[in-house]
Amino acid sequence: MFGLSPQELTAVGLSLQVAALAVVLLFPFALAIAWLLARRNFAGKTLLDVAVHLPLVLPPVLTGYLLLITFGRKGPLGSAFEACCGIVFSFRWTGAALAAAVMALPLMVRAIRLAIEAIDPRLENAASTLGSSPLKVFATVTLPLAAPGLLAGVLLAFAKALGEFGATITFVSSIPGETETIALQIYTLTQVPGGEAAIFRLATVSVILSFATLIASELLARRIKRRMSA
Amino acid sequence: MLEASVAYRRGTLDLEIDAAFGSGITGVFGPSGSGKTTFLNLVSGLLRPDRGRITVAGESLFDSESRIDIPAHRRGIGYVFQDSLLFPHLNVKSNLLYGFRTGFVKLDDCVSLLKLEPLLTRSVRNLSGGEKQRVAIGRALLSSPSLLLMDEPLANLDAPHKREILPYIERLSAQFGIPLIYVTHAAEELARIASNVAVIKSGRLSAYGPPAKTLHTIDAHDRFGRISILTAKRGRYDPHYDITELVSPAGSISIAGQAPGSDGTLRILVHATEVTLALSKPQGISARTALKGKVANIEITREPVAFADVALRGGERLTAAITRKALDDLRLKTGDAVYCLLKSVSIDERWFPAP
Repeated sequence: MFGLSPQELTAVGLSLQVAALAVVLLFPFALAIAWLLARRNFAGKTLLDVAVHLPLVLPPVLTGYLLLITFGRKGPLGSAFEACCGIVFSFRWTGAALAAAVMALPLMVRAIRLAIEAIDPRLENAASTLGSSPLKVFATVTLPLAAPGLLAGVLLAFAKALGEFGATITFVSSIPGETETIALQIYTLTQVPGGEAAIFRLATVSVILSFATLIASELLARRIKRRMSA
Repeated sequence: MLEASVAYRRGTLDLEIDAAFGSGITGVFGPSGSGKTTFLNLVSGLLRPDRGRITVAGESLFDSESRIDIPAHRRGIGYVFQDSLLFPHLNVKSNLLYGFRTGFVKLDDCVSLLKLEPLLTRSVRNLSGGEKQRVAIGRALLSSPSLLLMDEPLANLDAPHKREILPYIERLSAQFGIPLIYVTHAAEELARIASNVAVIKSGRLSAYGPPAKTLHTIDAHDRFGRISILTAKRGRYDPHYDITELVSPAGSISIAGQAPGSDGTLRILVHATEVTLALSKPQGISARTALKGKVANIEITREPVAFADVALRGGERLTAAITRKALDDLRLKTGDAVYCLLKSVSIDERWFPAP
């Protein structure tokens, strides 16, 4: 496809794999945080809101560095994960997924939070007067009504994770076949003479993937709007 | 049935209500912002009182002293909201069954009472306002609640739809024996369906009792809001003129049309602005009804209007709104014998059997 070389195909496959894992890792956290921000009032809510948005504004290289010192093999969390479950993040594709997840967090939380806030909270009140516990209200009213928004958030985060560069290269470096995703390979190619054709091929794939994901996300967002106004 | 002694203060609302409501339909009446809806939310558990006690059928749901606070989903109290709040992702039948609990309300009975059969498979998006509210009532009913709260269920409906829903509400309370608390700011609705009325004014319970005793105390400053309720026995029906005579100790009342049923007591609603006072029984006048009574109270407002409260023979009260000038011209004072003239056609034809 697009005349990609085996090396380039590996990078494309790795990008998809990293982005998929990132989104799967991220979803439960993003859902919980979004629900807290949309539906609960608690001390430190503003702080949580700000913290969630930090990856959006911090220099990505700094985010990558912070990941390196906490999730690196000698970092407090990195060593804990390695000791308890044998999971290593640094210089592994799992680390690339972690970096992508952190960078996509604000986008996913925002999309899910908007979807939950668009639901009339009185519908949830009505459900509780009909005998549903808070958990059942969430599962039978909040979740199904927010579903298109959740999916939109997942797709947006997936698109972001596909293109993540700065935090990834800082945290896990660019190792072909392990952490070298499309973005990282393009960067490598810019450093060598004669890489223009390969860059063009990868860029095409990258644009197509991002475009398709964003369009799907946008269509879903429109559907929510229609649904809520009905 | 419901005993509530609750205090709740937020923003400009300062609510402190001490109420003991019986079975049947209890109407809660009050102006906007008086705390009616807040009171329902406190009873249902959607809001938490600052302090107090709430007991339904002897079961304690909230007690700030003994730290009891049963959450809303375990209170077994049904709630019908002003805008039906049906679940948009479920069809009519799934909405109805959402809170279904095996109890004294069966799906078939509920569907036939509320005439929901043709709607069951429909999406809730394209129901009319009246249909939505019927589904919402059915949904609350099917959780077999020990108490049913209704917050202005008719407020968003036009007049024909109101007439469509009211009979269902009357019937469901009678058929299933569920005590019902019905919040509204339409006195006519309460005159029709309530066995007792609680009047709430700025967060306080200002009156409680049968509609005839409480409803005339409301809307003191608005002459069009003043109403009286009279009860009378059904008398003769004249098919030629299509007029029914009602018999009351103060005189006969003729009303347009044929009263429903064959006998029994009817309630009629009379607006204070429709009552003419006369010192003697007038001749040559089109008004067919002249009720005898004595002026029990005169209330003079700062506006051109005065309210004369007439104690009719037999003990019922009828309020007349007249101008202050008319009051002076007639030299009316407390204790004077008067005739209250009513135009038959001004009496609402939707009379109703007294509960």
